[in-house]
Amino acid sequence: MLELIVISTLNGVLYGMLLFLMASGLTVIFSMLGVLNFAHASFYMIGAFFGFQISRWFGFWPALVIAPLLAGAIGAAVERYGLRRVHKNGHVAELLFTFGLAFAIEEVVQIIWGKSPVDFRIPPSLDFSAFTIFSTNYPAYKMFMLLVSILIFAALLITLKKTRIGLIVQAALTHPHMVGHLGHNVGRIFMLVFGVGTALAAVAGVIAGPALVTQANMAGLLGPILFVVVVVGGLGSLPGAFVASLLIGLVQTFAVSMNGSLSGAFGPLSPDYAATWLSDIWNVTIAQIAPIMPYVLLVLILIFRPMGLLGTRDT
Amino acid sequence: MTETTQSTAPPYPAAAEKLKFYGLWVGAAIALLLLPKLFSSGGSLTTFSLIGISIIFALSYNILLGQTGMLSFGHAVYYGLGGFLVIHAINIIGTNKLPIPLPLVPLIGGLTGLLFAVLLGWVSTQRSGTAFAMISLGVAELIASSALILRTFFGGEAGISANRTKVFRLFDWSFGPQIQIYYLVAAWTLLAVIAMYALTRTPLGRMCNAVRDNPERVQFVGYDPHVVRYLAFCFSGFFAGIAGALAAINFEIANSAYLGAVQSGTVLFAAYIGGIGFFIGPIVGAIFVTFLSLGLSDLTQVWQLYFGLIFIAVVLFAPGGITGLLMMHRPLLKAGTFGRVLPSYLITFVPTLAMLAGLILATEIIVYYAVHGGDDSHIKAFGIPFDAANRYLWALSAILLVGGYWVARKTWTMVGHAWDEATGGAREKGAIA
Repeated sequence: MLELIVISTLNGVLYGMLLFLMASGLTVIFSMLGVLNFAHASFYMIGAFFGFQISRWFGFWPALVIAPLLAGAIGAAVERYGLRRVHKNGHVAELLFTFGLAFAIEEVVQIIWGKSPVDFRIPPSLDFSAFTIFSTNYPAYKMFMLLVSILIFAALLITLKKTRIGLIVQAALTHPHMVGHLGHNVGRIFMLVFGVGTALAAVAGVIAGPALVTQANMAGLLGPILFVVVVVGGLGSLPGAFVASLLIGLVQTFAVSMNGSLSGAFGPLSPDYAATWLSDIWNVTIAQIAPIMPYVLLVLILIFRPMGLLGTRDT
Repeated sequence: MTETTQSTAPPYPAAAEKLKFYGLWVGAAIALLLLPKLFSSGGSLTTFSLIGISIIFALSYNILLGQTGMLSFGHAVYYGLGGFLVIHAINIIGTNKLPIPLPLVPLIGGLTGLLFAVLLGWVSTQRSGTAFAMISLGVAELIASSALILRTFFGGEAGISANRTKVFRLFDWSFGPQIQIYYLVAAWTLLAVIAMYALTRTPLGRMCNAVRDNPERVQFVGYDPHVVRYLAFCFSGFFAGIAGALAAINFEIANSAYLGAVQSGTVLFAAYIGGIGFFIGPIVGAIFVTFLSLGLSDLTQVWQLYFGLIFIAVVLFAPGGITGLLMMHRPLLKAGTFGRVLPSYLITFVPTLAMLAGLILATEIIVYYAVHGGDDSHIKAFGIPFDAANRYLWALSAILLVGGYWVARKTWTMVGHAWDEATGGAREKGAIA
């Protein structure tokens, strides 16, 4: 039992940190530009596929640097030549633009790399077990993922709190118009923030690619969960996104490792009901409903705290 | 602002106006009746049925997006649940020999959509804008994932099927042949379109527009925007349920794809490409998108990419959609200055077309190398066979793309100038306020 708790906590924190790598970019972009980037998970996917391709050509370590830079450049171009143009048509048009972009990116990835998963492997230098805990070998690569996420989290925190650009970004989170009035080149800051945000998502893609499945539908699977994180944490709240990322990471990881069901708790259902829909509910295990847990959480949050855990702004 | 504000009600429409208005609906009904006489093949009847279903669905979506300003990413939930319930209803009616004829069955789907909209709507519509969009996405994912868990009811991956001919028969209509299904769909489409048009004319429909444009002011006037949004959401769910029911009757099967994100995306594409600013927009969009998805899939294997690119192009360059583009010209036609923009359109048409041709050629060549690398390089796209390995074709596509863009850019500025001139002329004649 203790083993399960320790391992699940480790995995949950890891998954949560990965989610936060993406959610942080999404939140900052939303706070500054006012647009929820529907294609954010697509940049995570681009990162994974670029990482796969570059690690084939040059190895994993160059890929870890080059893939996010490329994805960030694409992101900056999207902001400069796409979003800025639709901005005058309102937020709905911006959201729709990123929606269309997500659709198109998925198609392009499918055309280039096909529909089936690609063979993105853990680099040999990290392919060993870091430590053994309660007879479970914990892979070193997962520790590496955790380390990278924590490093980036720390770097992000320092940049936001200690540097000039961080101060401007922070100011723009709460008072976007005032920052413009003070004479900062808001357009360039927007482009930069969009580029960095998408690059962070791509980093998550590169490091998650070998551990999870690198496939053309990975953006479609992760995207909605990312939005749940942002809404549950509170739209536009960076600490909220952090709390929600860890919460959803832990909830999903613990749910997957649990096998309980109503029939396990209260005994099997009487055979009279065996063929009805009641038996579905009775026999489903917690592990099976793990994929819908984030959405259940979303609905609960909406009912009891519509502005999100740490949200203050009501959009 | 004009100096005198109109304080009285608009004048009662003249008899000629009324005749024109009702004539339009009667004309539509006659056109729907005669359509199968002109195109009687099974394939075209199926296409017409699909278009009818898609029109109802797109219009129901526009109650949210166009009329009330709520961008939903999960409208397929109400469509899909309507479809599933109807399949179950047909099975129950068939086995218990209940006296319910098939033409009334879509109502069951509508009521299902309404029921779920009533249940889920109150939480979802608390906020509009981006928050609503995210919530609708989350709720849609919740329902779609639950559908795969509740296997007995939703039939898992395979879905559930029914036999529509086993239902109680009225006037000896079996609803086996496609022509009878066509008339069923056509009748429901006409009814639903009239009902949804009437809805936009009611005080509720007007309040929806007000909530879309300025929710704060609506609150000052004494209405609760949340309630107005909720009511619009319920109506929208009802009509989406009818569309789903007709789809289920048409295919005699309902599976998890009915509820999925692709279905939600398609209806959004249809409504937006058609134009959300006008009532007729989603109808145009539904027809266009259905033809596009049926036609393009025969012509090229990467049709979904083109589909996405068309959508992005509409969002970027024509936020009013197809209808919006056409309606922009109405004041010019009225003022008779349309002739001033027409020549510039014809001039810009050539380089723009060349640019698009270059883009398509380049895409098809790249797709060939990405997908079938080693196969025979003589491929066929849009019905034209060509050799993807031919270096001259590569050069041609590059020249068309770059040269076309370079020339087209100059002609676009020309169109802009001609447009300004024509609208200026129209303004002088008073066709534009």
